[in-house]
Amino acid sequence: MQATICQTAVNPSLFSAEGFVGLIFLATIALIVVGALIATTSKRLVRCVAGLAVCFTGLAGAYYFLLSPFIAMMQMLIYVGAVSIIIAFAIMLATPENEDTAEIKGAGLAGPLGFSLGALFFSALTILGLKTHWQVFPRQGTGNLKQIGTDLLTRHAMVFELISIVLLMAILGAVVLARKGRD
Amino acid sequence: MDTSIWRPILYLIGFMAFAGVNAAWLGWAERKGAAHIQRRNGPKEVGPFGLWQPLADGIKLMTKQLLIPSGTDDILFRIAPILAMIPALTSMVVIPFSGNIQARSIDMSVLLIFALASIGMFAILLGGWASGNKYAVISAARVVSQSIAYEIPMLITVITIVMITGSTNLQDIALAQQGGFWHWNIFRLEGGHFVYMWIAFLIYFICSVAETNRAPFDMAEAESELVAGYMTEYGSMGFGLFMMGEYLNIVVGACMTTILFLGGWGSPFGFLPGIWWFLIKIYILIFTIIWIRWTYPRTQIYKLLNLSWKILIPFSLVNLLVTAAFIKVF
Repeated sequence: MQATICQTAVNPSLFSAEGFVGLIFLATIALIVVGALIATTSKRLVRCVAGLAVCFTGLAGAYYFLLSPFIAMMQMLIYVGAVSIIIAFAIMLATPENEDTAEIKGAGLAGPLGFSLGALFFSALTILGLKTHWQVFPRQGTGNLKQIGTDLLTRHAMVFELISIVLLMAILGAVVLARKGRD
Repeated sequence: MDTSIWRPILYLIGFMAFAGVNAAWLGWAERKGAAHIQRRNGPKEVGPFGLWQPLADGIKLMTKQLLIPSGTDDILFRIAPILAMIPALTSMVVIPFSGNIQARSIDMSVLLIFALASIGMFAILLGGWASGNKYAVISAARVVSQSIAYEIPMLITVITIVMITGSTNLQDIALAQQGGFWHWNIFRLEGGHFVYMWIAFLIYFICSVAETNRAPFDMAEAESELVAGYMTEYGSMGFGLFMMGEYLNIVVGACMTTILFLGGWGSPFGFLPGIWWFLIKIYILIFTIIWIRWTYPRTQIYKLLNLSWKILIPFSLVNLLVTAAFIKVF
């Protein structure tokens, strides 16, 4: 079903299947943008995390539209289910509520500077995106679990092992840091 | 693929009805079960055996004023109970109630259900924090540590099932266990798994009870320590939605246990497979969960975490290794 999305009519009716799918696609993009805006503009940290979770959910939808449902599920499971929750947990443990944020030197500059840099980056990416002649590559693999498993343990075995070493080091580091407080 | 518009609409109505009826009458079943376990009568005034009690409760909850106490984060406070309902309702899409009663049979339905379950945890976390109540915040913190601790052994145990079946599709997992109880994953004869699969079942069942925040693992609610935990500040339908979400999570948990270990919609003796067996199995599991709640006292949070990190996770890892070895050998 998903494979046909990009190849069908240019202007499908809103009530046809393609039109509806397009609407859902726009909704996921809106979810990403709105989530990111909440995450960056909200004053309360827990709302920021909630916005981040919304953004991650939208990203999961985007992955689904990119024909990788497995990554989409993992995005939900790991980023929404673990990463945002750990962040929220850390915030709840660390900061007292409604505490006034400390004054940082030159904090007034941060807004305009960030905005202009962001605008620069955005316009550069837009120009790049519009000027480049995009090649459509044929789809590689089916994106299903079997394919991903085989690829991970053959073609990308090295990366896979490296990632597990990095994670192991992170776990050991966390254990060492946590043990210091005990004695 | 059937592209008729009626199929999704009919399934939507059906699942909504199933979810609503379960959410309402499991509350009745729990009160009745609790009462009989404690030698009381339970609800008996409204209708025969108090069967209309859920309707009366529903009307009462819906007519009460929706109070938003000052000092709460009002947006998150409103969103949290809705979020608590979403995962359980959405999970119904991929659950195969029988060979042909399933809204969508997608390839990664197991993953989808666990991915959605994390939203439920988020609901409790946000609801607890947004209440601006110390008890609620403690409860939210407990929910997070508990859910993360129990998700690990649960997922590892599910991986063993996926390895045995060779599929992450719930329909395939149910299909692989058809034709008599000796094919069920819990006492599977072929491949020598029967020796220890009941351990995997126990780990999974304990984790699913803990994941749905049920006693003896209901550290988030813990009325003797935390008033009512994350639900302290909620009244009227906000509270109602949290309760419905809890019961629906139990239903989804029982469905998953049934599909993964108890043969899904297959009959125990090989004849007449169908949705009735599925319903019988899930209600036996749900009754067991209610029974456990009213039999065992609540544990303490550190004991709960110790149970997961020191017992269940090592056991599930060993289980995974042994399963891999069995699959390789046989």
